[in-house]
Amino acid sequence: MEMVVRRGMGRGISAARRSFSTSIEAEKPTGEGKPINLFSAINQALHIALETDPRAYVFGEDVGFGGVFRCTTGLADRFGRSRVFNTPLCEQGIAGFAIGLAAMGNRAIAEIQFADYIFPAFDQIVNEAAKFRYRSGNEFNCGGLTIRTPYGAVGHGGHYHSQSPEAFFCHVPGLKVVIPRSPQQAKGLLLSSIRDPNPVVFFEPKWLYRLAVEEVPEHDYMLPLSEAEVIREGCDITLVGWGAQISVLEQACDDAEKVGISCELIDLRTLIPWDKDTVEASVKKTGRLLVSHEAPVTGGFGAEISSSIAERCFLRLEAPVARVCGLDTPFPLVYEPFYMPTKNKILDAIKETVSY
Amino acid sequence: MALICNARSRAARLLPQALSALPVIGRPNAPKSQASLGNEPGRRLASARAGESVSPLSDECSNQVLDFPGGKLMFSPDMRFLSGSTGERVSCYRVLDDNGHRISDNSFQELSEKVAVKMYRDMITLQVMDTIFYEAQRQGRISFYLTSTGEEAINIASAAALSNEDVIFPQYREPGVLLWRGFTLQEFANQCFGNKSDYGKGRQMPIHYGSSKYNYFTVSSPIATQLPQAVGAAYSLKMDKKNACAVTYFGDGGTSEGDFHAALNFAAVMEAPVIFFCRNNGWAISTPTSEQFRSDGVVTRGQAYGIRSIRVDGNDALAVYSAVHMAREMAVFEARPILIEALTYRVGHHSTSDDSTKYRLVDEIEHWRSSRDPISRYRWWLERNGWWCDDAESELRSSVRKELLQAIQVAEREQKPALGELFSDVYDIIPSNLREQEQFLRHTVKKHPGDYPHNVPA
Repeated sequence: MEMVVRRGMGRGISAARRSFSTSIEAEKPTGEGKPINLFSAINQALHIALETDPRAYVFGEDVGFGGVFRCTTGLADRFGRSRVFNTPLCEQGIAGFAIGLAAMGNRAIAEIQFADYIFPAFDQIVNEAAKFRYRSGNEFNCGGLTIRTPYGAVGHGGHYHSQSPEAFFCHVPGLKVVIPRSPQQAKGLLLSSIRDPNPVVFFEPKWLYRLAVEEVPEHDYMLPLSEAEVIREGCDITLVGWGAQISVLEQACDDAEKVGISCELIDLRTLIPWDKDTVEASVKKTGRLLVSHEAPVTGGFGAEISSSIAERCFLRLEAPVARVCGLDTPFPLVYEPFYMPTKNKILDAIKETVSY
Repeated sequence: MALICNARSRAARLLPQALSALPVIGRPNAPKSQASLGNEPGRRLASARAGESVSPLSDECSNQVLDFPGGKLMFSPDMRFLSGSTGERVSCYRVLDDNGHRISDNSFQELSEKVAVKMYRDMITLQVMDTIFYEAQRQGRISFYLTSTGEEAINIASAAALSNEDVIFPQYREPGVLLWRGFTLQEFANQCFGNKSDYGKGRQMPIHYGSSKYNYFTVSSPIATQLPQAVGAAYSLKMDKKNACAVTYFGDGGTSEGDFHAALNFAAVMEAPVIFFCRNNGWAISTPTSEQFRSDGVVTRGQAYGIRSIRVDGNDALAVYSAVHMAREMAVFEARPILIEALTYRVGHHSTSDDSTKYRLVDEIEHWRSSRDPISRYRWWLERNGWWCDDAESELRSSVRKELLQAIQVAEREQKPALGELFSDVYDIIPSNLREQEQFLRHTVKKHPGDYPHNVPA
């Protein structure tokens, strides 16, 4: 499998080629697919989800005509307006409606147009969806619920089209939080999320919707949740990230290699419940850890990883855990290149950690 | 400047006329068919046309029609703001007067002796249950309680008018619906004591009942969150072509929450078979409705969202029964949402953590308790039908009391849920972080047994 990511903020396009390790054998996508981008992979997954389960529904703001990111293109024509439909512009309504629909035994696949706008739905997600099973003693559950939402920087999104609010949801027992890094991952992880019997918040890296292109098998396949993936093996330092940040980390790995530093790169994929064992095993091997995410560093999920690994690997660590993350400012428009945890910031931190 | 003055004076001139032309919803004694046509588009056009001026300019303008999403509408040369109120308040549907006499030529849904008597029995049972659980809380036997006193008719009569297939999304002052469907006093007691027979496994405060058997979604404390969920459930029922609707209850305070507005709007747009049942009992803890909203109560909001709505006397069991029965017919067979505003009074305190005499007059409470009691009013009607008598009353009250005291004793003696249940049901299966935490906790409990309650079995 090969993926091409083209990133750049209108200043020419930088390309990075990379290869992926295989996923678990049983769930491994088989056969070569066509090269498609990330929104098309999401679209394929949604087609399959609706096709394979007559009780599946897709809805949200503007999903009827295909969605502002085109992820729901063709679904309404194929499956009808009663299964794929627009909702009023009201995130708490979307989440509440989705919970009720899921609680009746349906697969409710709701879209929140931007993760920046998920906060009106926060109460429904945190106080309702997450506790639905627990508070009823399993009399009821809304496990068929999946909330899809595009997150992260896009080069020109400013405060309200760029945020990465995943850490808020990682503080909520009862939820699963999943973030894919590539088209192939997006399809398999989304199908798993939709079919998982727990409510899932699925963040989609909007920067990669069009830019990330990868061969994606056309058939129905799932990738496991709560399993991190070592996508590049190395021995000097472990790098952990998720979503769009993986391609930045990958570029940093390439550059580190040129100066003789061997990085092991882990895509966490599911943030809660997260795969501590894979990260622990890697850090026990490399003795160093760097975590990187776009969200502000303070209270970010990197803090949780850092703390957990310090608990488990204290005697194996040869340097403090490095965090290369967003700044503790609102997401700024013209300052975006300064705010971002860019390749060179990561590379510097790798070098400092290795030579600590 | 002249133009503005002119427009203003014309607006002022036309205002009373415009108000008088506003449609009156739910006229008393209106035939049922008319009452059920509350808000057809034609009506809105009619009211928009009201107050036409006779000047030639106005005639010309009013002949111009704007074809706009939602339907055609008239232009007007008059700058006329719609009033913030409907003028006269929306009337309140009732069947029984204060003395339990049926109001003549009133339309209501007939009910059999069997149903009528069961309704009464359940209202009494709810009242006795509230009294005894309230006492149990005062004695420190349960941690919390919340009564439905004064709202027994709403609880029981609404439940009686529904089918058991209708799914309930309750707030928390509607345990009578669950009682009507067959939840036993023992089951109520088990929940309040949080013992191992509590379906909620002791995880929630008392009164957070839930039962999948009776299609009663588990109570959650946040206000109005259940409303948009009810719309989603209703949509599912509609898609499955079930002859059932979703019913959600909430108070006057709940209508200020965003979820209320989200739910009404979604329900109207999705054409979801859901009944929104508002118990307007005058008080959201200490906040009176005058500090909650400036609209004429809740019923008027429905029309703004395009939802048929009715205001009903919540202390009149027959009116509640009839309104809910009709609402259900329309919701299920016409696939549409209905809003019911039941006017009532929270005779008890908000909960056992509240003393309502700190913010409202004892006389006011007493008035509603004695003169407007829904149970006595309904009883007078029953007795007039020869369906109830003093002997039946005392026999019922003493047997419910006995059964409940027994249930409390049993619930109190029952073990608490096991420690392992602390970790189950967070997810469908217990993830590794919780397994780890469970192991660690068990170790700690062994080490410091005195720190932990003895009645929770390891």
